[in-house]
Amino acid sequence: MPKVTIDGHSIEVPDGTTILQAARMIVDQPGYEGENIAPPTMCYHSKLKTSGGYCRSCIVKVSKGSEKDPRPMPKLVASCRTTVMDGMEVQNTTSPEVLEARRGVVEFLLINHPLDCPICDQAGECHLQDLGYENGGVKTRYDFSRRTFDKIDIGPYIKLHMTRCIMCFRCIKAADQLTDNRYQGMLFRGDASEISTYIEKAIDNDFSGNVIDVCPVGALTDRTFRFKSRVWFTKPMNAHRSCTKCSGKVALWEKGNEILRVTARKDKWGEPEEFICNECRFEKKHINDWVIEGPRHIDPHSVISLNHYENVLAKMKLEVGKQQKQLAGKK
Amino acid sequence: MQPLTNRSKIVVKKEMSLYERIYLPAIFSGMMITMSHFFKKKPTIQYPEQTRPFSAVYRGQHVLKRDDNGAERCTACGLCAVACPAEAITMVAAERKRGEEKLYREEKYAAVYEINMLRCIFCGDCEDACPKEAIFLTDRKVDSEVKRNLFTYGKDILVEGVEKDKRVDVSKRQTPEVLEFKKHKEFEHNR
Repeated sequence: MPKVTIDGHSIEVPDGTTILQAARMIVDQPGYEGENIAPPTMCYHSKLKTSGGYCRSCIVKVSKGSEKDPRPMPKLVASCRTTVMDGMEVQNTTSPEVLEARRGVVEFLLINHPLDCPICDQAGECHLQDLGYENGGVKTRYDFSRRTFDKIDIGPYIKLHMTRCIMCFRCIKAADQLTDNRYQGMLFRGDASEISTYIEKAIDNDFSGNVIDVCPVGALTDRTFRFKSRVWFTKPMNAHRSCTKCSGKVALWEKGNEILRVTARKDKWGEPEEFICNECRFEKKHINDWVIEGPRHIDPHSVISLNHYENVLAKMKLEVGKQQKQLAGKK
Repeated sequence: MQPLTNRSKIVVKKEMSLYERIYLPAIFSGMMITMSHFFKKKPTIQYPEQTRPFSAVYRGQHVLKRDDNGAERCTACGLCAVACPAEAITMVAAERKRGEEKLYREEKYAAVYEINMLRCIFCGDCEDACPKEAIFLTDRKVDSEVKRNLFTYGKDILVEGVEKDKRVDVSKRQTPEVLEFKKHKEFEHNR
């Protein structure tokens, strides 16, 4: 069991664990909630094999290689692709070098990204917004026009905005690994590369809708939800139904009694817990189709937590608990 | 009984002096105060014929601006509604169809945009939040109405006219300093 130290926090992990997974394991321990130890990810996805290694936003500094060879690694490494060694010491946010490099990565990711957040349906739950907000610079230094694409229609359910794509390959991996017939792929190379379906063929596989959930930006969005509402005006609820194709466990995004959108339940890393089928996602939009379990937890840092009272109650509970502890201590 | 404040006076019924009993000196001194006001500067004005100048930072009825070509600037991003402390703004977005490029600037637009003027506290946060320079507070007053539902202003009242003479001037909100600041490159997408 190799032991790794990330930003001063140690953990023993199984062989073959990557630095990123180890960092997430640390945060998953009790008492580490809200700690900023895990590096941000745009392309790595724990449930998609061979994902990661493209976006470089998870780069970290390895200040001590291992117990046997304590030399630091010469360059910053992508934590999603580097496995841990026994005695390895990693710096994430404690290293100014990493923060500076990450700011550069964000700038590169944003070079061709249009500033159309006011229009984009992903705004409010967009990983690139979070990444830019936490790690990015304020100004752009880019002088040239951003790349544009001809609009491609990829079916009645999914909307593809190639201008917003950051080439993370997640959707391609999802289409590859969840569906049996792959219709989607990367065309061209380098700066001109783009996501497309062969001969603009509609993707009609039962699980093709999951590319929406794995997309970290607004490049792939739900057409049935298109411009219906901003995410922060909707109310996320856990719900389930008996489905023959998938587990049927979903998150509903409601406004009043109307179901505007159905997505998979995403964990705290923004990754779907279970992939859901297209029937659940696109066709079951009536309140009677679902058994509602209750409201979902919303991250207090998210814009979605505005207009929701859950966090106020949770905060009050915490405060009361603290005061009670203090009082008990005095006695 | 304990007095509630120390300002209370105890009333005593005592005999009035001759000067007080004549009454006329008291009446004249009262009239003098009244007469002296005839020659002082009047603090009132003849509203509505006369109006007072507005403060430069007066915040009155909102306007939804159009751009130079007459297309609506608002893209229904919802930031004004989320910034609004009184929750006075509601909107419904819609997708622009082909041929409507002259009506709406962006791919998405507000099909319904309503401000409840009874809820609005005229703080100007919506104006600050707007990424598209679409909403401004102007020096126009909100008219009085006799029915509550008439205070819910829709797009018919809020959006300015296309014609040159129907445009609403927001230059007071767009002072030279503000405009200079907005020349920065990161605001390019607004122009």
